[in-house]
Amino acid sequence: MAVNLSYREYFKEDALPLMWCAGCGNGILLRAITDSLADLEIPPHQVVVSTGIGCWGKADDYMTTHAFHGSHGRALAFGTGIKLGNPDLHVIALMGDGDALAIGGNHFIHAARRNIDITAIISNNFTYGMTGGQYSPTTPLSSKTTTSPIGVAEPAFDVCGLAEECGANYVARSTVYHVTQLKRLITAAIKKKGFNVVEAINTCPTHFGRRNVPGDTVEMMNYIKEMTVAKSRYEKMDDEEKAKYLVTGELVNKERPDFLSVYREINPAASESGRGEGK
Amino acid sequence: MNKTDQSVKINIDESLCKRCGFCIEYCNTKVYEADQDGLPLVKNLDNCTKCRLCELRCPDFAVKVEVENNE
Repeated sequence: MAVNLSYREYFKEDALPLMWCAGCGNGILLRAITDSLADLEIPPHQVVVSTGIGCWGKADDYMTTHAFHGSHGRALAFGTGIKLGNPDLHVIALMGDGDALAIGGNHFIHAARRNIDITAIISNNFTYGMTGGQYSPTTPLSSKTTTSPIGVAEPAFDVCGLAEECGANYVARSTVYHVTQLKRLITAAIKKKGFNVVEAINTCPTHFGRRNVPGDTVEMMNYIKEMTVAKSRYEKMDDEEKAKYLVTGELVNKERPDFLSVYREINPAASESGRGEGK
Repeated sequence: MNKTDQSVKINIDESLCKRCGFCIEYCNTKVYEADQDGLPLVKNLDNCTKCRLCELRCPDFAVKVEVENNE
């Protein structure tokens, strides 16, 4: 029987207003995650959000679930410990682009290789917003930031491509503009066992937008809307055209056994003493 | 339930709204208009299709679309 939970069960309304800037999409992503948890009817006490440092790292302040606010880049390291300590819990790692791919880059690739049962939700706004708009591993080539005033000379990481190559079980990309798709992909990622990644392309009008997108918060939102294209359209493009866009949708959906299943097979004593099967 | 059998109320929390303008810009049926300060005003409620995208796209949880079923 449907319990009909609301996102309000997972969202701390008394913590409003949110700390993020006007036009920052983090609040939209937060709503999508809390909506997904309500749809999946996972009680808040069975969810742990593990966060690092950065604007998006503050998201756990607004959630009623358990939270572990750790050091920069280590959301997946702490999340791995939490999952192994109590496999019954749903662990969701909330990371920004710098947190997941620069400071925590090593944790990211190994969590994917290990296929540990964690949902990683990456808010990618192409910059280090909290520290003043420096360029990050996902800043698009030639974009201007405070540390690349004439344009960044490094190509950006393809977050989803990296996750796929490293062995992630489920990989998807959406944006904070495409809210219904975003929620659908997050729901699928939380539901699925294994290391599952959702990259949410996000707006940063304050730092990235000010230097790269002429106009206001709406123009920043239009920028991320226009830089992305649905998978069905992307697949029909030639390579030259593909290079101009980021593809959105479900990009990888595999059935690799997750770390704990493999570990329990190799070490049967572990399944006997294990506290449960998780999800 | 047919959508025409439903009535809709839109609440904007002025203290939470940061005037980003997303709800005004992306409403397909132009329900909102901005005041001088950029605050969204519900001007054309009759146009509302109850899609709730404005609520989902509000980064500050300031928009609440309440849909009620008519008797």
